[in-house]
Amino acid sequence: MREQTIKMLGERANRIRRASLTMVHRAGTGHAGGDLSAADLLATLYFAILKFDSREPKSPRRDRFIMSKGHCSGALYATLAEAGFFPIEELETYMWPLSRLNGHPNCVKIPGVETNTGPLGHGLPVAVGTAIASKLDGAGWRTFALTGDGELQEGSNWEAAMTAAHYELDNLTVIVDRNRLQQGETTERTVRLEPLAEKWRAFGWAVAEVDGHDYGALLNLFEELPLSPGRPTCVIAHTHKGKGVSFMEDQVGWHHRVPTAEELALALRELSEVML
Amino acid sequence: MSAANASPAGLFDCRDAFAGALRELAAADPRVMVVVNDSVGSSKVGGFRREFPDRVINVGIAEQNMIGVGAGLANGGKIPFVCGASCFLTGRALEQIKADVAYSEANVKLCGMSSGVAYGELGPTHHSIEDLAWLRAIANLTVIVPADPIETEQAVRAAWRTEGPMFLRISRMPVPIVHGGDYRFEIGRAVRLREGDDVTLIANGTMVSRALNAATLLADMGISARVLNLSTMRPLDRDAIIEAAMETGRIVTIEEHTIYGGLGGAVAEVVATTNPVPMRILGIPGVFAPTGSAQWLLEHFGLTAEGICRAALELVRG
Repeated sequence: MREQTIKMLGERANRIRRASLTMVHRAGTGHAGGDLSAADLLATLYFAILKFDSREPKSPRRDRFIMSKGHCSGALYATLAEAGFFPIEELETYMWPLSRLNGHPNCVKIPGVETNTGPLGHGLPVAVGTAIASKLDGAGWRTFALTGDGELQEGSNWEAAMTAAHYELDNLTVIVDRNRLQQGETTERTVRLEPLAEKWRAFGWAVAEVDGHDYGALLNLFEELPLSPGRPTCVIAHTHKGKGVSFMEDQVGWHHRVPTAEELALALRELSEVML
Repeated sequence: MSAANASPAGLFDCRDAFAGALRELAAADPRVMVVVNDSVGSSKVGGFRREFPDRVINVGIAEQNMIGVGAGLANGGKIPFVCGASCFLTGRALEQIKADVAYSEANVKLCGMSSGVAYGELGPTHHSIEDLAWLRAIANLTVIVPADPIETEQAVRAAWRTEGPMFLRISRMPVPIVHGGDYRFEIGRAVRLREGDDVTLIANGTMVSRALNAATLLADMGISARVLNLSTMRPLDRDAIIEAAMETGRIVTIEEHTIYGGLGGAVAEVVATTNPVPMRILGIPGVFAPTGSAQWLLEHFGLTAEGICRAALELVRG
């Protein structure tokens, strides 16, 4: 059973990766590296953890997933399409004129998107708000937010982190896509984040570190939530930017480089071979 | 609004009407909430907190977070009234207002308290004289500047009734009542408080009563001044502005705000592109105010009945 789930997640994540790269290539713009580092996290959440009904995207009792790293819209849209929120064919319109699939997600137009992100450091405060609303209503639905790691340089995250701990939001989980790279450099050479786990702990959160590409480890962790009653959970997911494509992995240039036709073909071949 | 809130001079702090309306709404609708940045006292929601302790979220001194939390509460089905000193709420969290609230069409009611130069001596860091210019540039955001307790109370109810992002600018400066008991506030509708043919005085918020006093002074000089309360800055009542331009031929705007991009700017955009007529734009003239009390500053900048009267006379007498 668990093995089947893991196999299914691998297939989903692989399709998310292939779709994201194809979308970025067609659009001529995008953030391929971060799409690939987040793909396994998105697949695990959407296809094993989150409770939602894509035919009823505004159902009040749905779990909220908030994509704070909104620039990785390629992976998010591919995931939402896989999950049935809109047709997979629509991914072909990514960032084309008048497409609702803008470079950054728009909740007014796209079912399944909870709030508009793009500027960094916006997701976690909104996630704190949804988590408080659920607590007040005594409702069981939960909130998950996915942030980048460089994004944690935005102070608004730490404002929200304090509030979440103060209000004892154990129905809130933030997942940090810790791929160690931001636009121009490593996070540690830009403005260092470490010791990152200690920072979250000091802010009153329960913290776990996990391999963000290991479905089994992610499932074990997410199924244990909350890690500590009365505390919000921070999952530091150690990932690789460009994961799954040999020549993209851990390369800072692939933050927003667009694959050429040859690079796309090579990448898609690598990703297909993994699935054989 | 209880008589106890009236100062001896018959002046009222609109925050009392604001807080009273919120408590009534909260009693009737469990979705109504308040979010504050350690501003329970300055937003006058202490009574609200006593009655509905679970429905006040104090995020601490953290405005960016405050707006995001408001957007999240709205996503979770609540109707949050997010209250903070207007200078901090708008200036510190403008990007959150744009992205989390307006662009996301979140049902958040932003309440900018103690706006304009109400904080007087505390200085330009605490004055909120750019807020309307910033906010009226943002799509999807309704911007309301009530003039007195009657309009404030109705604006709060309209905000609750009307789905969508909204900003209410609530002054702490004592103002007289300018609307009759039968007044009905409507979002997007300017109200004519006095008829006149020679010039129109367009004001909102704390400046409305001063415009009315100016019209009285002008009447003594034989000049008939129309007074328009343009309490909704967005969406703008273009028809009322065009009518004023066509029927009175001259317009003076008065705002407790910089003269760049606020009420005067909004009116001028309509007038210049439809029926150009001479205008005067009164407000804070693009400077950081010197030290002085709120009342002193308003006099310093000519935002008094006499100052408005002088500007209107210049227009009428050419």
